[in-house]
Amino acid sequence: MEFIIFLIIFPFILSLFLLIPSEKLRNVLVRVGSGIIIGTVIIFAFFYLNKSPMYFHLEIGKILDKILFGSEFIIGIIILAICIKHKKFLPSLFIILHLIIMTYYEINYAHEVKVDSYLYFDQFSIIMALIIGIIGTLVCVYAIGYMKDYHNHHKEVKDRSNFFFFILFAFLSAMFGVVFSNDIHWMHFFWEITTYCSFILIGYSKTEEATKNAFHALNLNMLGGLVFSIGFIYLFANYHTIELNKIIALKGTIALLPIALICFAGIVKSAQFPFSSWLLGAMVAPTPTSALLHSSTMVKAGVFLLIKFSPLLQNTVTGYMIAIIGGLTFLFAAFIAISQKNAKKVLAYSTISNLGLIVACAGIGSYETVWAAIFLIIFHAIAKSLLFISVGVVEHKIGSKDIEDMDNLMTRLPQTTIFIVIGISGMFIAPFGMLISKWAALEAFVNVHSIISPILILIISYGGAVTIFFWTKWLGKIISINNVEQSKMPVGKEMDFDQWISLFVHGVLTVLTCVAFPLISMFAIEPYIHSIYNSSHGLGRSNVIIMIIMVMLIILLPLILMTLQKRKQFHQKEVYMGGRNVDTFLKFEGSMGVKKELNNKNYYLEKYFNEKKINDLGIWLSLVAIIIMLVGIK
Amino acid sequence: MSFLKKSPWLIHYDGSSCNGCDIEVLACLTPVYDIERFGIINTGNPKHADIFLITGSINHQNEPIVKNIYNQMPNPKVVVAVGICATSGGIFAECYNVKGGVDKVIPVDVYVPGCAARPESIIDGVVKALGVLEEKYKNIKKKDHH
Amino acid sequence: MNLNDIILAIEKNKISLIVALVYIIFAPIIGGLLAGIDRIITARMQNRVGPPLLQPFYDVFKLFSKKTMWINRFQGPFVFCHLIFMICTGALFFEGRDILLIIFMLSVASIFFILAAYCTSSPFSIIGAERELLLIMAYEPMILIMLVGFYKVVGSFKFYEIILSGKHLILYLPGVFLGFLYVLTIKFRKSPFDLSYSHHAHQEITKGITTDLSAKSLAVIEISHWYENVFLFGLIFIFFSSFNWILAIIITLFVYFFEILIDNTYARVKWEWVLKSSWAVALIAGGGNIILLYLLNIK
Repeated sequence: MEFIIFLIIFPFILSLFLLIPSEKLRNVLVRVGSGIIIGTVIIFAFFYLNKSPMYFHLEIGKILDKILFGSEFIIGIIILAICIKHKKFLPSLFIILHLIIMTYYEINYAHEVKVDSYLYFDQFSIIMALIIGIIGTLVCVYAIGYMKDYHNHHKEVKDRSNFFFFILFAFLSAMFGVVFSNDIHWMHFFWEITTYCSFILIGYSKTEEATKNAFHALNLNMLGGLVFSIGFIYLFANYHTIELNKIIALKGTIALLPIALICFAGIVKSAQFPFSSWLLGAMVAPTPTSALLHSSTMVKAGVFLLIKFSPLLQNTVTGYMIAIIGGLTFLFAAFIAISQKNAKKVLAYSTISNLGLIVACAGIGSYETVWAAIFLIIFHAIAKSLLFISVGVVEHKIGSKDIEDMDNLMTRLPQTTIFIVIGISGMFIAPFGMLISKWAALEAFVNVHSIISPILILIISYGGAVTIFFWTKWLGKIISINNVEQSKMPVGKEMDFDQWISLFVHGVLTVLTCVAFPLISMFAIEPYIHSIYNSSHGLGRSNVIIMIIMVMLIILLPLILMTLQKRKQFHQKEVYMGGRNVDTFLKFEGSMGVKKELNNKNYYLEKYFNEKKINDLGIWLSLVAIIIMLVGIK
Repeated sequence: MSFLKKSPWLIHYDGSSCNGCDIEVLACLTPVYDIERFGIINTGNPKHADIFLITGSINHQNEPIVKNIYNQMPNPKVVVAVGICATSGGIFAECYNVKGGVDKVIPVDVYVPGCAARPESIIDGVVKALGVLEEKYKNIKKKDHH
Repeated sequence: MNLNDIILAIEKNKISLIVALVYIIFAPIIGGLLAGIDRIITARMQNRVGPPLLQPFYDVFKLFSKKTMWINRFQGPFVFCHLIFMICTGALFFEGRDILLIIFMLSVASIFFILAAYCTSSPFSIIGAERELLLIMAYEPMILIMLVGFYKVVGSFKFYEIILSGKHLILYLPGVFLGFLYVLTIKFRKSPFDLSYSHHAHQEITKGITTDLSAKSLAVIEISHWYENVFLFGLIFIFFSSFNWILAIIITLFVYFFEILIDNTYARVKWEWVLKSSWAVALIAGGGNIILLYLLNIK
């Protein structure tokens, strides 16, 4: 229990110290604090991962309830003040409603509430803690170098980076709270804190666009939070419990409406259609924000909640509708990613798409899909975070986040490019995690005996094919090499040490999780699945063998070949350009003797995968699904 | 023995030909002559080709292109000049813009005369070139040994 | 001898590894011979005599005796990885592993091929690579749908288990077979879908994805294409495996003949058409078939 309380409280206390206006002290604190958090979660996981779930009662729980209510009120009023200052009507309304509902709960129900265990942990929340504790803090460490660069590049933005770090760590603290709370009221409190934190982080630069997007994110997530609170009050009014484990134990007898309401909040937070727009808007924020929102926190809180409730969703219309929403999001976001040139937008859409798959798995709620979903969470968090932070480095170095400007990246920024290659491979190449989890999801969907099954199978077949397309063309772009550029070797340092160490650990983790895949399954995920479903799913031995062969091949083969090639002398030749090459590599002779530079561009197929059209279609279809879901028929 | 003789792939380049020889070259592919019988394929790409088949004379415009294509062919390779223009410049030899035959810019191994060269003689020239190709292959091998 | 007996014997004596080895050794020979037959049949369809049967082998041996021109030092490793992954794909398939994972391995092989073209920065190669990617996007859904179809009928993703079930897959999955036949044209690199590179003489993008490969690297690609073809024959064979196995092989060869016929009677189409039509066929024929299986709950 000490571990849990430490993990929730320590980042928050640390964050308060970060407000001290001294850059040097702050950097040291961030590094040391991150080290402590990483160390704690690793020791915690080491001791408790193989233990059965534990639930804790707090003697001071009642008092803490009051404190939480009080702080919720104070924070709410602060945010309300910001909204009023910016003359934003809708979010003000949401916050006022939120405060009214919370007060209503406090007056009418709070005294009746008897909670046996406020906090808990099981294997799944330990895995989440590992993701938050390691990936989240690594992003913070990366932010040390990044924010310095950021303010050098954006002189117009006022340097409030201490405040930025304060929010980052408060965010981590809230995330730990979400994954360790057994009391849904507490979970909701932390949930709202993550909403507020992301609101502040997105609006960091205070430009018009940032402010607009920040309020958009606040709007949608507040809406989700409101529905969440209605859901849990409804639960309490009818079932007299707001404890997660007890609610899940009610499987089969519980009404689905409150569950659907809570899942609605999860869908909003995990940026599914029709609410995906807030996550895209979040791209205006400095890179660490996007890395954090997209990988280890925020959106993962959404899918965490859905997976927690997914046993209740199994074989219900509500669950099927959630699966459909996830499936549609998976497919349509992948479609849109094809037509995007902006690297960060490709990453954003791919996040939405992958979250869609996780949500689809959660909606089906069988033990196989939950198994796949947890793996998707792990692999996605690591690889996506790696991609975001390395694209952040590229953006500062080449001054663009357009994929079309990333020719010859391999020679210009060799180190960063290798990390991007690892990240992209992690996203879609077998045997890296994402693809393997996708495969597991497909196998799981096949076993569902409902008409939903072939629909999801079709969705995953098409979505998977599309995913290959947009990742490979990006991968191809950054590894394309020509001799002209080879002479223009990078000038100066690619990144500073904080950034490098963060990238490096991410890269190692991407590969390591892939190698340790069977182990993670055996020691962490299978026990969790077993504790809930009493039946477990794992990789067959035969498949583990294929995996090992693939891992060997994909990691060792290119390395060995490259080293062999290094020693070899070979005749470097020009490429074929119809015989019209001129002296240098990328120039050719056009008509009338004009020398032109060759420029290769990728396909974006905008005519067929138009962002707006597909977005609209996705929103309408998923709105229908959401309405059916909220009706909550069994 | 190598398999070069059994699978000569060629690239055809039209210098400043009147297209007479080109049509005859393409006629070799038709069912009447069917050069694929000998494993000959007309690739469009110097990097895949063994035989460089040129029709028409060399002028100042196409000189760098002929050189470039020749350089992009992997060794061993041979050049066949098809038609009288390619061998010597033919009736265009005296033109202000014409440099002359192909051998003015790259080494030619087989000359196929004729205006236009008949398909039979083109095929004959290519088959002759195969002997040269084999010879070059042996030389390269010898060189590699030393 | 009955096919089932052979497979049972393989399963029982755990000699599937030997089958995989047989594949590794003989697949290029079978693939090369079939390519030779393809070229002769194609020539005959065009009223020509055509090359000798062993011509594909002559070509590959010749390519090996030439000097390779590498564009940069990444090209070689990528091409080689492509071959290795292709061999593993087929070997694991005939060894009887999960076909779904094997299809993902096949995609990895294709991705290496594409990267080999991308890394050159050559205009023709890159257009070829992009088109290859489009083709992957076009055929991938159908292949996955096909595997799900197998699973739905048989309950397994493994080659031997599917064959041993003795179910007449072609009767359960006619739509899926039709869709597979459609995308098979892409996989065999046959016209009208030979967008990224063609075995025929000229193409509007020179030799597409293989433009900047030469000599040995080209030979490696050719060999891996043979491996791939034999693997694809295995996939076709599955549909007919419940019949007499000689008959099944004859039907498989007939399917190949059919692809050659299509190759010689249709002109290359634009990428839009390939993508749209393959997706539509996969959805209607393949997806329709699967949905019917679920609705009727056929086992």
